[in-house]
Amino acid sequence: MKTSQKVAGATANYVDERTGAAKWLKKNLTKVFPDHWSFMLGEICLYSFIILLLTGTFLTFWFDPSQREVIYNGSYLPLSGVHMSAAYDSTLHISFDVRGGLLMRQIHHWAALIFMSAIVAHLFRVFFTGAYRKPREFNWLIGVGLLTFGIVEGFLGYSLPDDLLSGTGIRIAEAILQAIPVLGSYLAFFAFGGPFPGTAFIPRIFIVHVLLLPGLFLALITVHLMLVWYQKHTQYPGPGRTEKNVVGYPLMPVYMAKAGGFFFVVFGVTAFLGAVASINPIWLVGPYTPGQISAGSQPDWYMGWLDGLVRAAPPLETHAFGHTISWNILIPGLILPGILFTGMALYPFIESWITGDKREHHLLDRPRNAPNRTALGVMSITFILITLANGGNDIIATHFHLTINGIMWFTRISLFVLPPISFVITKRICLSLQRADRDLVLHGRETGQLVMMPNGEMLEVHEPISDAKKWTLTQHQQPGALPAPLPASATVGLKGKLRARLNRANATQVPAPTLTDLKELGDAHH
Amino acid sequence: MPDQEIIAERHELRSEEIDRDDLVSTFKERAETTGLGRRSLIKRTLGVALGLVGLSPLLLLRDSGPLPKKYFDTTNWSKGTRLLLDPAGTPIKASDLEVGAVAQILPELPTGTERTLENTGKDAVLLIRLRPEDFNLDPQRLSWTYQGIIAFSKICTHMGCAVALYEQQTHHLLCPCHQSTFDVTRAAKVIFGPAARPLPQLAITVDADGYLVAQQPFTVPIGPSFWERNSSNG
Ligand code: HEM
Ligand code: FES
Repeated sequence: MKTSQKVAGATANYVDERTGAAKWLKKNLTKVFPDHWSFMLGEICLYSFIILLLTGTFLTFWFDPSQREVIYNGSYLPLSGVHMSAAYDSTLHISFDVRGGLLMRQIHHWAALIFMSAIVAHLFRVFFTGAYRKPREFNWLIGVGLLTFGIVEGFLGYSLPDDLLSGTGIRIAEAILQAIPVLGSYLAFFAFGGPFPGTAFIPRIFIVHVLLLPGLFLALITVHLMLVWYQKHTQYPGPGRTEKNVVGYPLMPVYMAKAGGFFFVVFGVTAFLGAVASINPIWLVGPYTPGQISAGSQPDWYMGWLDGLVRAAPPLETHAFGHTISWNILIPGLILPGILFTGMALYPFIESWITGDKREHHLLDRPRNAPNRTALGVMSITFILITLANGGNDIIATHFHLTINGIMWFTRISLFVLPPISFVITKRICLSLQRADRDLVLHGRETGQLVMMPNGEMLEVHEPISDAKKWTLTQHQQPGALPAPLPASATVGLKGKLRARLNRANATQVPAPTLTDLKELGDAHH
Repeated sequence: MPDQEIIAERHELRSEEIDRDDLVSTFKERAETTGLGRRSLIKRTLGVALGLVGLSPLLLLRDSGPLPKKYFDTTNWSKGTRLLLDPAGTPIKASDLEVGAVAQILPELPTGTERTLENTGKDAVLLIRLRPEDFNLDPQRLSWTYQGIIAFSKICTHMGCAVALYEQQTHHLLCPCHQSTFDVTRAAKVIFGPAARPLPQLAITVDADGYLVAQQPFTVPIGPSFWERNSSNG
C-alpha cells in the first residue's frame, strides 16, 4: 500500500471510530441527483452567498460603521478636506488605499446582484414546474423568506457607505417609517436614535447586515438544503421516471465534480465582473448631506420595482381630525408589497385548496400542462417588469426622449391592463402547446417531405415520434380528472363557489391523447 | 467520468402509523410524569412569564431613541432669522440674486447652536428670483415674497429628498427621487408626481441692513407627512 493510502485509511479510521460517519457516508456517496440545467440556479444562490461571506468579511476589516464626522485626507484628491462620516471615509479608504479593496468591494456588490438574480430565477423555476407542491411547501416558505431578507440585506448593504445615493435611500426608508399610522414618528425616532440622520443608524444596520441577517441566511439555507437532501430532488418527467423513484447521477463522482466545478465558474464570473466592471463608484457622488441630491438616483434592481410603484402612486393623503395618512407612501411602500409577498408565500396552499390535490408530487410539471399556474406566473412577472421599468422612468425618459408624464400614465394604466392580458395570452399559448403535443403524439412529426399518391393527391409524410417522447408528452395527469368534481359540500357558500369556479378554470385542458385515441386512429388508418 | 444514469427508490416521508401512535402515547406519558397537567398554577405562571418575556422588547428597546415630541413640527426658522448662503455661510441681499437665479439657503443659527445634518435636513431652503409679474399668487403669499424673490423648503413633501432641480424656462422645481414637480409661480403647487402637498413657503423680507430675513417661522411642518401632522393649515 502506498503511504498516501495508508494515511488516508488511518485518518478515516480515526474519524469513524469517533463519529460513526462511515455508514452515513457510504449510503450518501451514491445518492442520486437528477440532472437539468435549471437545477443549477439554486446552486448559484449558494455560491454567490459564499462569495458574499468571504468578500464581506474582508470589507469589515477596514470599514468603520460610524457616522462620526471626519475630514477626508486620503489619496482621492478631489475630496480632500471634505467633511464626511467615518463610514464614507473608510469606504473611500477601502477603495483607494487598501490593497485589493476596490476589487473586493466590487466583487461584493456584483455578488449581491447575482445572488438576488439567482434567487429570483430559482424561484421562477420552482414556481413554473410546480416543485413547491407537497411535500415541499416548507422549502417554498423558506425561499420566500430568503428572498425577502435578501432584499433587506442588499438595501442595508448599499446604505452602509453613506454616500449621497445611499443616504437618499435611507431618507426614503425613514419617510416610510414616519408614514405608518399612529406609531410612525416613534418608530422613526427609535430606529434612528432620534432625528434623521443622526449617528445611530449606520452602526445599527451594520450589525444587522454583517451578523443578524447573514446568520439567519446560514440557518435558513442549511434547513433548505437539508430538506432537499432528505426529501430528494424532484425530477422532470420521462421514461422510467415515476413519483416513486429518482433517476440521475450519483453524488460521487459526477455530482461532486459538477458542483465543485460550477462553484469555480460562478466565482470566476463574479471576480471577472468585479475586476472589469465598475459598480457603485461612491467617490463620484460625494458624502451624504440632506440638502443635496444627485440626479438620476437609482436603487439596485431588486429594490427598483418598489421605487417604480412609489413613483406611479397618485398623490393621495387623508387629512382628518388633526392627523395625516399618506396613502401615496403606504400603498406602494407597504400595503402592495405586503399583499404580493403574502400571496406568494401562501400560493402552494391556495393551489392545493383549489385543486383539492393533497398528494405528494416528485415529478415536475411541464409549464404548459398547468396553464393557470403558468399564466399567473407570467402575469406577476409582467406586473413586476412594469414597475421595474417605471423605477427608471427618468432614465428612460431622457434616453428615449419621452415625457415623464407619458411614462407615468402608461405605467398606471398598464399596471392594471397588461397583467390580465398577459394571463389570457399565456393561458392560450399553453393550451396551443398542449394541442401541438397531442398532434405530435397522434400524428407524428411533420417531415416536410411531400409525396404524390398514384391518384395525384399530395400528402406530407408524418414520421411517428419515439415511444420515449410519446411517454414524456402524455405521462402527466390532467387536473380535470383529479379528485374533481369536488365534493358538493366543498362548494357551498361564497368561498365554496369561488373555489369551484377556480377549480373549473384550472380544469380547462386540451385532453392528452390516450391509448384508446391512438388505437382508434390506428384503426382508421388501416 | 461515468455517464450512466442510475435509479434510486424514494422512501415515504410519512412515518408508520404505529410510530405516530407511539409518539403520541409516549409524549402523553412523559408529560404525565411531570404532573404539569394537574398543576394549573405552574402552567399559569409559566404562561405569564413567557408573555412577559414576549413584551420585554417594548421595554428594552425604549432607550433606542428619544420621543419625537414636536420635532417634526418645527425648524430653526423664526421671525428675523437671516438667510445664509450655503455653503459660504454669508448673509444675502436681494441685489445678490439675478432674475432666474437659484440659491441654496440655510438659516443663521443662534450663537452656540451648531449646524448639524439633522438641522440641514429640516432647515434647507431654496431661494428663487423671478420677475414679479411671473407670480400667480394670492395677496398673502405675494406678501411673503420680496422683489420677485420667493423661498421654499427644499425638503420634498413626499419622502424628504432634496428638491434640487430647477427649470428656469418653466419655473418648475423637480424632485429627482420620484419626479414630483412643483410650480414655483403658484406657490409650489404639485403639478406632477406622488407628492400630495406643495413645498412650504417661507415668508421673507429684508432687515434694517438690507439682508434677507424670515418674516416668521414656516406656517406648516416641512417635509414628509406623519401621523400627528395637523394639516388644517395645508
Ligand atoms: C446575502 C448577503 C449580502 C448582500 C446581498 C450584501 C450586499 C451588500 C451591498 C450591495 C453592499 C454595498 C457595497 C458597495 O457597493 O459599496 C454591501 C456592503 C458591505 N457589506 Fe454586504 N452583503 C451581503 C453579505 C455580507 C456579509 C456576510 C458581510 C460580512 C460578514 C458583509 C459586509 C459588508 C460590509 C462591511 C459592507 C460595507 C463596505 C463597503 O461598502 O465597501 N456583507 N453589502
Ligand atoms: S421624495 Fe420627492 S418625489 Fe418622492
